[in-house]
Amino acid sequence: MDRERSEVNDIDRSLYDFRYEEKEGEFYRVKEGLTPDIVTEISKEKHDPDWMLDFRLKSLQIYNDLKVPDWGPDISGLNMDDIVTYVRHKTGMQATWEDVPEDIKNTFERLGIPEAERTSLAGVGAQYDSELVYHNVREEVLEQGVIYTDMESALTGEYADMVREHFMKLVPPTDHKFAALHGAVWSGGSFVYVPPGVKVDIPLQSYFRLNAAGAGQFEHTLIIVSEDADLHFIEGCSAPKYNVANLHAGCVELFVGKNARLRYSTIENWSKNMYNLNTKRAICEEGATMEWVSGSFGSHVSYLYPMTILKGNDSHCEFTGITFAGAGQNLDTGAKIVHTGERTSSFINTKSISKSGGESTFRSALTIKEKAKDAKASVSCASLMLDDISRSDTIPAMDIRTNEADVGHEAKIGRISDDAVFYLMSRGISEEDAKAMIVSGFADNVSKELPLEYAVEMNNLIQLEMKGAIG
Amino acid sequence: MALLEIRDLSVAVDGNPILKNINLNIGKGETHVLMGPNGAGKSTLGNVLMGNPAYEITGGSIYFNGLDIKEETADKRAKAGMFMSFQNPLEVPGITVSSFIRNAISQKTGEKIKFSEYRKELAADMEILDFDKAYKDRDLNVGFSGGEKKKAEILQMLMLKPKFAILDETDSGLDVDAVRTVSAGIEEYQKHEDGALLIITHSTKILESLHVDYTHVLVKGEIVADGDAALVDEINDNGFEKWTEREAK
Ligand SMILES: Nc1ncnc2c1ncn2[C@@H]1O[C@H](COP(=O)(O)OP(=O)(O)OP(=O)(O)O)[C@@H](O)[C@H]1O
Ligand SMILES: [Mg+2]
Repeated sequence: MDRERSEVNDIDRSLYDFRYEEKEGEFYRVKEGLTPDIVTEISKEKHDPDWMLDFRLKSLQIYNDLKVPDWGPDISGLNMDDIVTYVRHKTGMQATWEDVPEDIKNTFERLGIPEAERTSLAGVGAQYDSELVYHNVREEVLEQGVIYTDMESALTGEYADMVREHFMKLVPPTDHKFAALHGAVWSGGSFVYVPPGVKVDIPLQSYFRLNAAGAGQFEHTLIIVSEDADLHFIEGCSAPKYNVANLHAGCVELFVGKNARLRYSTIENWSKNMYNLNTKRAICEEGATMEWVSGSFGSHVSYLYPMTILKGNDSHCEFTGITFAGAGQNLDTGAKIVHTGERTSSFINTKSISKSGGESTFRSALTIKEKAKDAKASVSCASLMLDDISRSDTIPAMDIRTNEADVGHEAKIGRISDDAVFYLMSRGISEEDAKAMIVSGFADNVSKELPLEYAVEMNNLIQLEMKGAIG
Repeated sequence: MALLEIRDLSVAVDGNPILKNINLNIGKGETHVLMGPNGAGKSTLGNVLMGNPAYEITGGSIYFNGLDIKEETADKRAKAGMFMSFQNPLEVPGITVSSFIRNAISQKTGEKIKFSEYRKELAADMEILDFDKAYKDRDLNVGFSGGEKKKAEILQMLMLKPKFAILDETDSGLDVDAVRTVSAGIEEYQKHEDGALLIITHSTKILESLHVDYTHVLVKGEIVADGDAALVDEINDNGFEKWTEREAK
């Protein structure tokens, strides 16, 4: 197949910024702010089991006790008293697109979700604000015994015990302030269970759309891939732009069983009023493979460092990521790896791009424990600054407790080459497109890892950023 | 009216004057050869004609098709029908030869060509250049040998069909067989597109099978001699001594 990844398309931001006016009484929402009453109200609305209400209230307590991080981008513009933590369309979750309210269905149509579902996905969950509005899985995947549902049903369904056993065990509310916030007000998200030996041939996808102004989105994704099983899960996110702060504090917990493989691909494309304080973590059993493919676009501020614990011997992790910071953005992204098993290996390869005054910081934390004999790790980060007013930083941290590990690190910071721009322009390509082409090429390590449709979407986002069309 | 008219052109880089009062006319379909010692300013002239912003025009003018293009950016010049085969082509990771050329054609013409047609044409041109088909799916120039990069330049020229092309030492780095195939590609361009050429070279091999109309000699930023094809042979025999000696006095 001819992968025309770098095709320069005509696209515009209205695809993402597009939104319908909300109709009177269409949505249920809690009051702004964060109080025990609001948390209790959310819990009731969601028909939580009792333990979950306790869990939420304890998390709120932890949230109140913890301090805001003092080491990253400024988040003083985020005031929890102004954030609505729960907004749900009154129609509820549907299993066919026809039953999804017209405006919401059209929004997802524009984002290409039903189309992708028909052509290249095994199942889709579509979340609008706080809850899923659509969920469906292909019959053949269900027959394999794969469970893919919204978190709300998972809490009380057949796998309720399994969910309770894993929920926020990998990312406890005590982990950091926004993990605690998540524990208190989480809603939406997906639960996936792949039984032993089951290989899901085509990806599952959850798409999170935050549409309401001044709201927060706190979806929880819990994926359990059993021994010898195989899954590719895709997560997409977007939101239209508002003048008030929006917040995203999702949580992703991934359990990869013995000799299993999980690939988790994300394109986050938030509007530039978004505070994206997201936590993602995976744990690998013996011989397991965890692959992250991560594209971070948009948001005003991001804190995002997917973490992988290589617990089992011979487990392996690959992290491939790209971050694009444009005007008014401060994106602090990276990856964390903890090696505890023997002969574990990890490979981090990231690219970051900054433009028009954007700030992009790559933060990696590599820990190799004493018992992780013969571990191998490599961290490589390349940054491209498109002008003199933008910033790129690399902050690698390493904590190596054994002499028997093989660790490599490489960081490169560069500028776009005038000669390369001239070369492309001499072929009739405009300066803007030439630069976009060079940046797409720079991002190629990530787009190569994505299924074609998503690679195209990512390229479109790069083109948009390059044209400065994202406000 | 000549296709390309260069009048009293002077050029500086970082404030250092490099080209002085260059005058040169190139007519439609004409082939001109530009020779001169290393560092004379040949590539500088090519870059200035193509619109490289690193070079500053300190005087004179450039007309292409009767229009003053001095202020135009390189992409506009390419759209008007100019092309340059670079002395050192750049590597462009992430975009294949095939999709790059297709993209360039559609930007240049404003139309999308049908993929099937495009593929046929690309295959035919690669055949002329004896260029391994597999290269169309490789990233442009990435990891190409010196000779392969030059072939890729000529391939782009054939596909983009300019009215005027500057070939800056396209022959250097090519083996004997490659010189022959590349020169067959250039011949194809001369014949079928009636394309004009400014061939910058140090060697006469590439010129053997090509029809040459005029020859110019550039020494220390000035054109010191103009002639016909015979001048190429004279330089081949005696070098640039005659002009550099005179300069030295
Ligand atoms: N970008 C630049 N910055 C500084 N000096 C330059 C630049 N480009 C050219 N020059 C200088 O201008 C002079 C002419 O260079 P140019 O590359 O045009 O020579 P040339 O005739 O093409 O030589 P060659 O036969 O070696 O390719 C040289 O002295 C060179 O060092
Ligand atoms: Mg030169």
